[in-house]
Amino acid sequence: MLTQSDVERIAHLARLEIDQGESKVFSDSLSRILALIEEMNAVDTSGIEPMAHPQDVGLRLREDEVTETNRRAELQGIAPATEDGLYLVPRVVG
Amino acid sequence: MKWESVIGLEVHTQLLTASKIFSGASAMYGSEPNTQACAVDIALPGVLPVMNVEAARMAVKLGLVIGAEINRHSVFARKNYFYPDLPKGYQISQYELPIVKNGYIDIEVNGTKKKIGITRAHLEEDAGKSLHEDFHGLSGIDLNRAGTPLLEIVSEPDMRSAAEAVAYLKKLHELVRYLEICDGNMQEGSFRCDANVSVRPKGQETFGTRAELKNINSFKFIEKAIEFEIERQIDVLESGGEVVQETRLYDPDKGETRPLRGKEEAHDYRYFPDPDLPPLELDEAFIEAVRQTLPELPDAKRARIKRDYKLSDYDAGVLTATAKMADYYERAVKESKSDPKLVANWIIGDLSAYLNKENLSIEHSAVSATKFAGLMKNIDDGTLSVKTGKQALELLWKGEGADVTDESAAAESVIVKFDLAQIGDTTKLEQVIDKVLAASGAQVQQYRSGQEKVFGYFVGQVMKATGGKANPKQVNEILKKKLNG
Amino acid sequence: MGPEAVINKSLAELSRALQTEETSSVDLTRAFLDRVDNGQGLNAFITVDGDRALEQASAADARIARGDAGPLTGIPLAHKDIFCTKGLLTTCGSKILSNFIAPYNATVIERFNQAGAVILGKTNMDEFAMGSSNETSYFGAVENPWDRACVPGGSSGGSAAAVAARLTPAATGTDTGGSIRQPAAFCGITGLKPSYGRVSRYGMVAFASSLDQGGALTHSAEDAAYLLSVMAGFDPRDSTSIDRPVDDYVGRLEQDISGLTIGLPRQFFGEGLDPEVGQRVEAAIEEYKRLGVKAVDVDMPNCSLAVPCYYVLGPAEASSNLARYDGVRYGYRAPEYTDLIDMYKKTRSQGFGAEVKRRILIGTYVLSAGYYDAYYLKALKLRRLIAQEFQQAFQVCDLIVGPTTPTTAFKLGAKVDDPIAMYLNDIYTIPANLSGLPGISIPAGFDDAGHPIGLQLIGGYFAEARLLNMAHHYQRVTDWHKQTPAGCA
Repeated sequence: MLTQSDVERIAHLARLEIDQGESKVFSDSLSRILALIEEMNAVDTSGIEPMAHPQDVGLRLREDEVTETNRRAELQGIAPATEDGLYLVPRVVG
Repeated sequence: MKWESVIGLEVHTQLLTASKIFSGASAMYGSEPNTQACAVDIALPGVLPVMNVEAARMAVKLGLVIGAEINRHSVFARKNYFYPDLPKGYQISQYELPIVKNGYIDIEVNGTKKKIGITRAHLEEDAGKSLHEDFHGLSGIDLNRAGTPLLEIVSEPDMRSAAEAVAYLKKLHELVRYLEICDGNMQEGSFRCDANVSVRPKGQETFGTRAELKNINSFKFIEKAIEFEIERQIDVLESGGEVVQETRLYDPDKGETRPLRGKEEAHDYRYFPDPDLPPLELDEAFIEAVRQTLPELPDAKRARIKRDYKLSDYDAGVLTATAKMADYYERAVKESKSDPKLVANWIIGDLSAYLNKENLSIEHSAVSATKFAGLMKNIDDGTLSVKTGKQALELLWKGEGADVTDESAAAESVIVKFDLAQIGDTTKLEQVIDKVLAASGAQVQQYRSGQEKVFGYFVGQVMKATGGKANPKQVNEILKKKLNG
Repeated sequence: MGPEAVINKSLAELSRALQTEETSSVDLTRAFLDRVDNGQGLNAFITVDGDRALEQASAADARIARGDAGPLTGIPLAHKDIFCTKGLLTTCGSKILSNFIAPYNATVIERFNQAGAVILGKTNMDEFAMGSSNETSYFGAVENPWDRACVPGGSSGGSAAAVAARLTPAATGTDTGGSIRQPAAFCGITGLKPSYGRVSRYGMVAFASSLDQGGALTHSAEDAAYLLSVMAGFDPRDSTSIDRPVDDYVGRLEQDISGLTIGLPRQFFGEGLDPEVGQRVEAAIEEYKRLGVKAVDVDMPNCSLAVPCYYVLGPAEASSNLARYDGVRYGYRAPEYTDLIDMYKKTRSQGFGAEVKRRILIGTYVLSAGYYDAYYLKALKLRRLIAQEFQQAFQVCDLIVGPTTPTTAFKLGAKVDDPIAMYLNDIYTIPANLSGLPGISIPAGFDDAGHPIGLQLIGGYFAEARLLNMAHHYQRVTDWHKQTPAGCA
């Protein structure tokens, strides 16, 4: 069961703006999804190794070489706001 | 009440790789904003991380020299939070299974030795930088630093004073520089320290509430910040208050710590294993190969240099302050085949004065070890006096002799060009002495009649006639021979 | 060859026609561009750049003339709008990327470019591949060519509809929980999801990184073999890409299948399965038996919990993968906001649709402090049990066979307000994603309403050649895959 205040808390963590009406709707549908999810409890998983990756392989490592070149102009060409090569955002407090 | 302070340190060391930890962009410091932020670093949709082997090697290096366990299986996780300098909205870091765990460092404060535990050292990526100036109330984001490899080294809360904390930090600083895994530059932020400080009544087992002091960028400030914070917490507790668990910043101008501005959010980082990166598996061969590359460590080097070259503790300490310094010294001794004490004196004295004046480290010395060895050889064999030796060093420092391809001959070329050599040619010296004696009939008479004090007069005259370049030992010998013979 | 002649040809036939200069890539591309233009109101494409396609086509013609063409040189293909295409809009079906011109090519696109294939356009999809009906797209729903009142399935709904309606000879898609196989089933075409790690994910906009896999939507297994031959292979830019040789998928199509054993998981034939779908699947199994294949029942009890498991893992990974859409470096930024946090919130709330928000919220919740063990960790453990169940099944059979979906295509709008009903659509497809196994859906008939029915085959790790080979044998003796929706011939 997810309350509206749960929804508001996780919405803030996820940086989503959700108004009262939406939080009601989401708390309903998310609670139903959570009930579905809790069907997992039917299975005893104690002692089972968690499986984060579908293939059982180790990390491949690359050599320490610089392979990328400066593409700032191109990459900033698609940015919402830049100046003097910097990405602009509302003032960061700190 | 007697209080005891408890300090633990978290040190972020930027690893000296050429490229970033998960992308092929350059990790060099100081470039134009965002010119080293590639598609992966700016987190374009669809890009993926690929791990840099060198970052793993460097972490293992540190692990091996702090007597730690190297985890054969370590995991990269995502630490989720929103911040404009964090392009993906998560930082890739090691959480539950770090690459290095359970090590220690020995420190010494006022003659007392102590072991400081290191809980773990884990690999992660650095964030970019927010710049707050000049943008009409906006912040500018530079992502050049985003993705630079960091090794975060977390100590146990084993330190009991600011002095111990500084000793630990200096030891660690020296170590990472010896290992050449970090340049240790605190101003540029490649060696950053956060300190967890709490106090408790002496004898109490449980820890007090701690404050975290963030990003303090010099040894001096670390010491002052911790000292201030200990006093502050004691004051709070003695006046009946409670220490609040919070992040505090040190203000070097006012010499105080104060809470981070603004409301601190309760963090919930939602760590989970990064599905883009399978576990990092290190085998024995990998670790063994890294072990083979380990350099001689500071303490061992200090002891050996002291023993092999018969130096004082002080000299050995100065000459092993960095591995580069020790290398310079040992090369200069070896190539010049000179008295090791003489070479030590010249490096610690005159050469260091030049380096300090221009704020250079030894590896950027204008006079290379080979050139310096040439100079030492000529001082040691008497070709140069102390005075002309200093002249020769100054000339070499200013770039004289730079045109000589064989660096070992640079000093000699300067000696010839500026005619600095003592006159070592006996025949020539005998001629000068004969002239002096011939012109000093009265004094010769005095000497031969037993007034040996006038001997100094002859020496002075010879030196005057040679412009100070005669070898005093030789002059003595020849004079005695001629006067007594 | 006239336009009518080309639209029902297989890739091998088109390739032959190009090699013998019976037709040109420019003509072929133009013929399909015309069909896309008419589009028949399906809304299958988000972006079509005809000039660019024709440029690529004429380059392909030159290459054919030089004699260094490969099997796909000059063949027009449509790509799901989840693959980054340099210089072309890449939206992932979302408002938040509605202005995103990708500055680089996905490895899959790069491989097709090198093979000389032509990019016909980018196909519509559920927003960030989250959906089973293509109704969550910011660019509007796609219609099913077999029944315009029905959904084409999703999330690769645009690709499936475009292939079914002969708007493109073949298309790419991605499959996180069934997003290739389910729309293939709904649209009466062949849909292949390869093993996790077989096709590079570099440049494929991430939904759930440990489940996503690129694949093919085609008319036949043979066509899929041609596409996979280009798509598959090791990519050093993807740390989860597996470095192992690529099989000869085309060459192994005709390989003998008699004596093989298929496993029928009883959990795939139980409650919730539409009887008409069940009958067609049974009939297909009989067909396989006639081809000398043995069938055994297998028990996979944990597979029935694949949906709950998936709705923890998929959203968890997605909540993190979608954090980068913050309006700072690319994409949509809200026009008005008061401060930084407000900019994030407004940008993301305006930029994402309801289903994406729902999944971000559920994913954030299951990872949050206090819930991680009960939900996320539990799901990772259950995932291993499901993967182990497949390995046990493969002790007694070579392939798993069953229905692709419990029902045929449903009406547009029928399930938009009922996420659970929508999610249960993927009940048979999700287990292969959780396990990282390859799966294929092939047409196996129609229900009484004339909606296509899909048969699913799931193989062991990297058994794509065997899957295609099995599917191909079925397609040699049936013609379900050759059926064309009315008005599309």
